[in-house]
Amino acid sequence: MNPYPVDPYWMVALKALLVVVGLLIAFAFMTLIERRLLARFQVRMGPNRVGPSGLLQPVADAIKSIFKEDLVVERADKVLFVLAPLIGVVFALLAFGVIPFGPPGSFFGYQPWVLNLDLGLLYLFAVSEMAIYGIFLAGWASGSKYSLLGSLRSSASLISYELGLGIALLSPVLLVGSLNLNDIVNWQKENGWLVLYAFPAFLLYAIAALAEAARTPFDLPEAEQELVGGYHTEYSSIKWALFQMTEYIHFITASALIPTLFLGGWTMPFLEVPYLWMFLKIAFFLFLFIWIRATWFRLRYDQLLRLGWGFLFPVALVWFLVTALVVALDLPRSYLLYLSLAAFLVLLGAILYSPKSARKAPKGLSKGGGA
Amino acid sequence: MTLKALAQSLGITLKYLFSKPVTVPYPDAPVALKPRFHGRHVLTRHPNGLEKCIGCSLCAAACPAYAIYVEPAENDPENPVSAGERYAKVYEINMLRCIFCGLCEEACPTGAIVLGYDFEMADYEYSDLIYGKEDMLVDVVGTKPQRREAKITGKPVKPGYVVPYVRPELEGFKAPTEGGKK
Repeated sequence: MNPYPVDPYWMVALKALLVVVGLLIAFAFMTLIERRLLARFQVRMGPNRVGPSGLLQPVADAIKSIFKEDLVVERADKVLFVLAPLIGVVFALLAFGVIPFGPPGSFFGYQPWVLNLDLGLLYLFAVSEMAIYGIFLAGWASGSKYSLLGSLRSSASLISYELGLGIALLSPVLLVGSLNLNDIVNWQKENGWLVLYAFPAFLLYAIAALAEAARTPFDLPEAEQELVGGYHTEYSSIKWALFQMTEYIHFITASALIPTLFLGGWTMPFLEVPYLWMFLKIAFFLFLFIWIRATWFRLRYDQLLRLGWGFLFPVALVWFLVTALVVALDLPRSYLLYLSLAAFLVLLGAILYSPKSARKAPKGLSKGGGA
Repeated sequence: MTLKALAQSLGITLKYLFSKPVTVPYPDAPVALKPRFHGRHVLTRHPNGLEKCIGCSLCAAACPAYAIYVEPAENDPENPVSAGERYAKVYEINMLRCIFCGLCEEACPTGAIVLGYDFEMADYEYSDLIYGKEDMLVDVVGTKPQRREAKITGKPVKPGYVVPYVRPELEGFKAPTEGGKK
């Protein structure tokens, strides 16, 4: 039933440990990398005091957040208050295990993934969406208005983008005919990357992934200007750090999942080095998301809902139906290639097309005005 | 807001990613000061080595912060200290009171007191912030805490600034200039 080799249990345990430790280290250094990159985007230098060029900053941050005073709010629901960050981080960590990093047997003779589930993608989403419980329980258990508002926003935005996200992922799954991430990668190795077959789905998923990781254009659960700290307003010390950890691990998982689903995973035409390409692709998406954070603004709450229901959902649905039609009537798959190309051209056109501004700028002021 | 604008904005930020940060990493790199920066006072000398200060106390009179204390004394004609009849036996500036306005420099009839460039004067004791003649004459390099540290470590004073050129009023004062050591 499962065509992929299975590892002994001790090896699975070892790899699970490796993934968890790796993710935690990656989280620690992502905080530094993100701060440094954001600083450079803003023509600053960023943290460079601790250790050689700031490399030990994560260590300093870790020590600081562990030894800070750990407050539990008087009116908080004590059990849930402690449980919420744990739920968040545990489910965030669980998700990463199904992502393959190379061909079978490339991890010192073992498999370069922790779990190989036939329902890999479903498992991944089931588990990573559980983290919303962490967020929502945190807001509810804090006994604070701002926390509750932040978590409500989280839940509302989750509902609005999650449908689009889920349906966007259906079209690659339909094409491949499997939810197993290894199958998806192998299919892409044989037939070409799925982004060519499902460009709109790729785009929608990339947008929704930003929302899922609560990254900048959609970071309203913790909009500092409006909600103090969002759902973790009342959290301090290591519990706060756990929320940050959750968020960054979602961020890393999303950056690993986009290439796995749409950009061939660990495969690369012409030059195949299993781990290298996967890491490079992850790094590219991490950079892209930081770049977006440095550039774009936060959407308003209702704008995100409108984007989710009014754009992501219908477009994903249409593309899903098109893919379903192609698969059901057994039409040549190349139709999807042309349609993807058309979608890409539409996007390009939308980017290049600039409608005449409704508000006319006075003469002389039009140059150099808001780009 | 259009997609075009969003794409353009990405281009703009990417351009800035590859530009040099404007940050001045101050303690690691010197601050670029203007030639007329108002820093620690310098008591200049004539080219023949005599002090310009004649102990007239006009600077003390002009000082809005009452930071200057001058005690004049008669010059020994055989072995004069200054170019006039009198010289400043005691010349103290309380750096805690000084507001670095430069009025003393404007009031000085001989151009003896000039505001220099040193600004790193933070210290632990009030008494250490009263600078005497031995702390301000032209040949003194650095501020009191800087010189104290240099004495302990045995390394030369490292000023935290750089100027394009030293203005002529600071006759004989040596400051690190841009493009070329001291």
